[in-house]
Amino acid sequence: MLKSIAKASLLAAALTMPLSVASVQAEEKKDFKVCWSIYVGWMPWGYLQDSGIMKKWADKYEIDVEIVQINDYVESINQYTAGEYDGCSMTNMDALSIPAGGGVDTTALIVGDYSNGNDGIILKDKAELADIKGQTVNLVELSVSHYLLARALDTVGLAEKDLTVVNTSDADMIAAYATADVTSVVTWNPLLSEIEAQPNATKVFDSAGIPGEIIDVMMVNTETLADNPAFGKALVGAWYELMSIMSSDSEEGIAARTAMAEASGTDLAGYDAQLATTKMFYTPAEAVEFTKAAELPATMKFVAEFLFDKGILGEGAPSPEFVGVAFADGSIYGDANNVKLRFDPSFMQMAVDGAL
Amino acid sequence: MRIINRRPSRVTALALGMVPFVATIVTYAIASHYRRLENPADKLLPSIERMGEAFWRMAAVPDRRSGDLLLWVDTFDSLWRLGTGMAVSTLLALCLGIAIGFIPHVRSTLAPYLATFSLIPPITILPILFITFGLGEVAKIALIVIGTAPVMIRSTAQAVLDIPREMIIKAETLGASVWQMITRLVLPQVLPKLITALRLGLVPAWIFLISAEAIASTTGLGYRIFLVRRYLAMDVILPYVVWITLLAFLLDRLLLLISRRAFRWHHLGSDAL
Repeated sequence: MLKSIAKASLLAAALTMPLSVASVQAEEKKDFKVCWSIYVGWMPWGYLQDSGIMKKWADKYEIDVEIVQINDYVESINQYTAGEYDGCSMTNMDALSIPAGGGVDTTALIVGDYSNGNDGIILKDKAELADIKGQTVNLVELSVSHYLLARALDTVGLAEKDLTVVNTSDADMIAAYATADVTSVVTWNPLLSEIEAQPNATKVFDSAGIPGEIIDVMMVNTETLADNPAFGKALVGAWYELMSIMSSDSEEGIAARTAMAEASGTDLAGYDAQLATTKMFYTPAEAVEFTKAAELPATMKFVAEFLFDKGILGEGAPSPEFVGVAFADGSIYGDANNVKLRFDPSFMQMAVDGAL
Repeated sequence: MRIINRRPSRVTALALGMVPFVATIVTYAIASHYRRLENPADKLLPSIERMGEAFWRMAAVPDRRSGDLLLWVDTFDSLWRLGTGMAVSTLLALCLGIAIGFIPHVRSTLAPYLATFSLIPPITILPILFITFGLGEVAKIALIVIGTAPVMIRSTAQAVLDIPREMIIKAETLGASVWQMITRLVLPQVLPKLITALRLGLVPAWIFLISAEAIASTTGLGYRIFLVRRYLAMDVILPYVVWITLLAFLLDRLLLLISRRAFRWHHLGSDAL
């Protein structure tokens, strides 16, 4: 019996080696992997890989960067948090609750865009946000939709206890809206525009009402970035080269947007419509300015308070200030001894200065 | 002595049975230890103490938002859905199974349809289920019934067909009516097999329960797991998985016990797993 336990533990040690070394080691390295999932503001990541722009910039810094698409958004963040990837595209809110809350020191490398109407609340046969009182609301709980709902309810003096939230998978949101007992949903594009197109649907609130609060960012592991500045430079360089192509109406720009549209399952017109409700930072200067702005700390405070209120800000978090967030000017929201999320515009600044 | 004839004593058997469990826990503890050396707040493989704390929090500390003890609310709601779904499936299996197995005209009518219907993966027609049954409890129970009933009906019908022909002829010779044959001959033969079908049906039933709760819900074991998955709270998920496994195991053993007590004649022959 004792012998078999000893043997089993040896075997266990051997089996678990891959699990334990999979996490990111802080050291200089040559091969990097970042992941992304389908969303209007992140489609450029797929195009960077397919068009060879990423390879061009990686070669310039003599490294190798692989950009991998993951079909499930939450799964992609989980993979990053578990150490499988060096970077991942996610929102500011999910970055605070999943990797930062889970002790993985994370840096906002490229602030890509914010939702400016891409997330919205839809009521069936009702016209005012205040009518939501007493209804059951279908949404992906604890997602940015939930945050949007909380912020929207603030504006009309309601609270979550005035309604019933039903956790509903985003994959089934459109089918759910078609059933009689679903009267209101909170969701994001392209589902949002699909549901809004139904004759009885009215969009009563969207993220344009809270501009700059739902931010889509390429988040990277802070240690990996510190040990390998070339990784950050290559990503930023490639990204802004594509941004300038994408924002132009040249043949090249239209070709790039068409490819992204197809990859996200729509056409150029559909993709342009989604871009219209997304505030893209096409130039690094805009992104740097946004990251340095005084509104960002206020936004992160809202987000941290929301996460704390829902009980998802890290293990046993005693207050919203449990996880520290560092900003461009060096100021810190929350615990200065537990800074796990950093907004650092220095790499984007290099793109502004043409230093890449 | 050959290895196939060497039988372990009771104590050895118990110890041998423990080994894979202990090995799994030790494997987990080692992997978790190494991951936490790098990041003490690692979310993927939390320490066993932290999972214990999380389980305690779910089971004994009222939720900040609702004031409920979440684990018990989730468990009660899930077991209610599972129980209702399986009760409907069992009833269907009993009525339709005997009808199909015993009455050739019913068999010709329903058997091919059922064989086809049971092959449809229920998850693929979810949107139709939503429109038909709404998003509430009925849809979840319907998913469990659609997922388990066809197979249970088929195995019950097969159990009726397996009754030795001689017994039926003997009953007919003694002048039994169809109803008498069903109650006195078919039921005693089929009921223990129905319990076996129920035990096997519980496996897919749990899967359908968890999927149904993941799609649209406000409570339930599957709901909680898919909710906290959003922030990789494995310290809640893993104890929930163990809890579900334990519940499923206990249900299975309970059914076996009922079968042994109620249908002694069925368990005279051989070992049952």
